[in-house]
Amino acid sequence: MPALAEMIARGRLIEAHRPCPRIAVEEDLWRAFASMLAEGRATLLGLWGEAGAVHMGLLDEAESAACIVTRPCPEGHFPSVGRAHPPAIRLERTIRDLFGLEPRGLPDPRPWLDHGRWGLRHPLAIHPAPVSAPEPYPFLTSEGEGLHQIPVGPVHAGVIEPGHFRFTANGEAIVRLEERLGYAHKGVDSLTTGAPIERAARLAGRMSGDSTVAYALAFARAVEAALAIEIPPRAIWLRALMAELERLANHFGDIGAICNDVAFALMHAHCGVLRERVLRAAAASFGHRLMMDCIVPGGVGVDLAEGAAAPVRELLDVARGAFPALIELYDNTASLQDRTVGAGVLSMALARQYGCGGFIGRASGRNFDARRNLPYPPYDALAFEVPALSDGDVNARVWIRIREVEQSLSLVEQILDAMPEGPISVPLPANKSGEGMALVEGFRGDVLASVRLDAAGRVACSRLRDPSWFQWPLLEAAIEGNIVADFPLCNKSFNCSYSGHDL
Amino acid sequence: MIFDLAIQNAQMLLVLALAPLLTGFIRKVKARLLRRQGPPLLQPYRDLLRLLRKEAVLAENASWLFRVIPYLIFAATWVAASLVPTFAAGLMFNWSADLIAVIALLGSARFFLALAGMDAGTSFGGIGSSREMMIATLAEPATIMIVFTLALLAGSTQLSVVAGFMLSPAVGLRVSLGLALVALVMVAIAENARIPIDNPATHLELTMVHEAMLLEYSGRHLAVIELAASLKLLLYMSLIACVFIPWGQAQPGGGASAQMIGVAAYIAKLAAGGVLLALFETAVAKMRVFRVSDFLGAALMLGLLGTLLLFVSRSL
Repeated sequence: MPALAEMIARGRLIEAHRPCPRIAVEEDLWRAFASMLAEGRATLLGLWGEAGAVHMGLLDEAESAACIVTRPCPEGHFPSVGRAHPPAIRLERTIRDLFGLEPRGLPDPRPWLDHGRWGLRHPLAIHPAPVSAPEPYPFLTSEGEGLHQIPVGPVHAGVIEPGHFRFTANGEAIVRLEERLGYAHKGVDSLTTGAPIERAARLAGRMSGDSTVAYALAFARAVEAALAIEIPPRAIWLRALMAELERLANHFGDIGAICNDVAFALMHAHCGVLRERVLRAAAASFGHRLMMDCIVPGGVGVDLAEGAAAPVRELLDVARGAFPALIELYDNTASLQDRTVGAGVLSMALARQYGCGGFIGRASGRNFDARRNLPYPPYDALAFEVPALSDGDVNARVWIRIREVEQSLSLVEQILDAMPEGPISVPLPANKSGEGMALVEGFRGDVLASVRLDAAGRVACSRLRDPSWFQWPLLEAAIEGNIVADFPLCNKSFNCSYSGHDL
Repeated sequence: MIFDLAIQNAQMLLVLALAPLLTGFIRKVKARLLRRQGPPLLQPYRDLLRLLRKEAVLAENASWLFRVIPYLIFAATWVAASLVPTFAAGLMFNWSADLIAVIALLGSARFFLALAGMDAGTSFGGIGSSREMMIATLAEPATIMIVFTLALLAGSTQLSVVAGFMLSPAVGLRVSLGLALVALVMVAIAENARIPIDNPATHLELTMVHEAMLLEYSGRHLAVIELAASLKLLLYMSLIACVFIPWGQAQPGGGASAQMIGVAAYIAKLAAGGVLLALFETAVAKMRVFRVSDFLGAALMLGLLGTLLLFVSRSL
């Protein structure tokens, strides 16, 4: 059984890629990598295309080593990874929709992001095809006595993101759930291609609004890796501060929202207050509630002025004072526990197979955190724990968030205490080419950014992969055997991104 | 006679006028408990006005029944609400129908609403109707058992008689009354689609019961149904107040001053009920749909136990 490092040595190394290796491979080696994934010897980090080539990111969790494998496909097809490794199926359907590259042997012939409304097919291929009559989208069938379908969405009764859910149910019991996504497609791939770095960075920060810091950080780190530049220490620490504040805000929001979905508005109200505190502290310290565009390639765009850390310190005091009582309220409300314990169980095997990150993976025993497994500064100098549970139910996902809030509060304090002085950014070298990738832990899980810069210093190809790509399919599995009325609760406990997924 | 008629009319108009206020009051208390400002007390009236002014959009395949049902529901609920003595007992209409009639009227309203939920043929309406019927199959027998308990004790199903009996010294301390009270409160929570059975404030279409049946309604139809829902909540609170805490209620033959005291006592009881409901709803989460049968099954058993106790022992 060759390890990832040995396999990498068999491909043709592309020098310009940093920090991990990128290799170009032919068909047999591509298949060998695919079977590595299928056998569970590596984790799929991402699978994306460009006109005339497909790229696959792999991670060896035991060795903490990553690599990117590129298969040029001038003939317009490549061997399907999804045939043997299901987590790749939606990614390959997306490659076919956008770039017209055919994954040979892919079991699912249906489109994914393309709903027949783009006006042309394969818009990013070298030769886009005109669109023919819109084809119906056949949902997977379930047959049996008393089974009926419930279509939900993409427009919902509440103001939430669009997604279609097709339930096959027998009364209340769910037999099958099938998702249909892609309603929030905005063409980030084509918008970034050929764009100057600054514009691409702004677009990256808009992939998914709740993770804007994580995306901006991932993109900036990928660009900096491509250009081989070091950024000032103060910028590194400020970025970590923003990332932890974002995590805090989202986790507070999620914990409350999960409880609100079972009509326990008390938690929602109190967690909402805490989330608002975080956002206001962010606004006071960095000038934007969500800290959008605060992280730029080369450093950070805003410095923490003298005394501007005071709102953040105040936030720490408030949160540390209020949060333990909320944990107790959550833990001691029997009617709430009755709903969350045992609902929507995700098996450990599936979480591992899909390389599922974030609180979903960690609640199902996959103890992976990019901040620790593929450490990037300043996390290598900070003390924190990565909580993990193995129950895999809604309750476990709430508890992971609770523990992560505690860790993030500690991290914010450590960061504030150790914040170095100095400049906050360096200018980017002009007209320099290069390739880089970065894996950053957002609140939802690991965000992957891969960037290639051309000789004019523009973005030749970039791909941002949301953690939700490997979480959405698992929601379908976790909901099986639950009842229809429990779906919103399970869905909220997953809290996958529509926008980040739909590109 | 004229005075009686005036009081009866006053009562009918009072329940109609107070119903949205009660809903607004409960929302306000809940908001304050959640450290929110909350909408103004009069917001439900404004919502009704807004809905009345809006165009009513109908589903393409909605039948005539769909258009008629809101008014049927409203009429049945209003009539039922005016049969319950609120601030004064022994009114004209009280003698024309009893507690069984009230339950039958509400049952018919529910039947029509479930039909309307299925009429447009959407999946959410069907889900809502089927859940509503599951709740009904347990809530209605429980209510009947409660009525039996009261009827056996007071010797009548006439609410005014029951209220009069409760005021008399013949009542004493009775276990079966306590059981009936608990059961009636449980049924009232389920019947009015409150937490933990249903969440009146939810936007999650898959978890809805009552709201799911109304999803296709808009404009004046929705306004009428919303008003009927408010009336139903008021009805149940009045019912509990009339049967279990009738003190302050104006009795037959009471003068204008007794009526005034009755109104004041009635409003105080409603306010207390509203606060208690808001407190309870804030403290519990909604239960799993399949747990509803346990909850209502308990109500049914309590009602049954209350009735049985009366046969076993005359003093309980």
